[in-house]
Amino acid sequence: MDWMQIISALALVMFIVVLFPATRHMMKNSPKGTSSDWMSFVIPIVVIVLFILLLVKLV
Amino acid sequence: MNQNLSTVSQRSTSAIATNKVLRNTYMLLSLTLLFSGLTAAISMFMNMPPMTYLISVIGGMVIAMFVLPRFANSPAGIGIVFLITGLLGFGLGPILTMYASLPNGGNIITLSLAGTGAIFMGLSVYVLTTRKDFSFLGGFLMVGFLLVLLAALANIFLQIPAMSLMISAVVIMIMSGFILYDTSRIIHGGETNYVLATIGLYMTIFNIFISLLQILGIMGNDD
Repeated sequence: MDWMQIISALALVMFIVVLFPATRHMMKNSPKGTSSDWMSFVIPIVVIVLFILLLVKLV
Repeated sequence: MNQNLSTVSQRSTSAIATNKVLRNTYMLLSLTLLFSGLTAAISMFMNMPPMTYLISVIGGMVIAMFVLPRFANSPAGIGIVFLITGLLGFGLGPILTMYASLPNGGNIITLSLAGTGAIFMGLSVYVLTTRKDFSFLGGFLMVGFLLVLLAALANIFLQIPAMSLMISAVVIMIMSGFILYDTSRIIHGGETNYVLATIGLYMTIFNIFISLLQILGIMGNDD
């Protein structure tokens, strides 16, 4: 294991530690979405997945 | 009657303020993307070593997390945004040099750039036209992002190529969610600081671009 991997791992641990309280806060305070809200999120994500598959075909 | 007029007036003032935040965000975002492109070109020209990427990303993230929030409401915040985006662009230089040296590297870089632009513009237009409120995504996206960071941490030790491909794919989906969430926050008045809005959107674009490069790089060299 070289020093770049060790630094990457330490940086990731630091980001996880820093982001954890904000994540917990957002989980508690985010409004709940309805099934129609979730569909309006899922549909564009599916389109993006298909678009990435198209890009993979093109490369 | 007077109360109705007052409500209408307050709403239009709020809409004008929201439009101003959105306009300023997109203007600053365009300038920072151009600046990143310039610093990436300089880094490629200087033939910087691969560790530049790691140092730049860690430096940029530390400044974005700990320094920028203190100056976000002052003119210095704009300078710090350029510092962060310039640093991240500079870090991209060795990555782009590495991909450019692949047999179809030019194609991979062009498709990643075009793909990132299309995803960002498509999602932005989607939120701006539907005006849907995506604030419910906040907790879900943060948990997803934290899980991706944990998976990336595990993969530093495991070194499984299929896992890095999976992580890149999930990062694109989470960052796409963040584009919906951040843009929705701006248009619904949840984010009134264009400096913070810009850095949030810039990070999503940067992550999508890096992940697309990785996916197309791996899949493009499959044969």
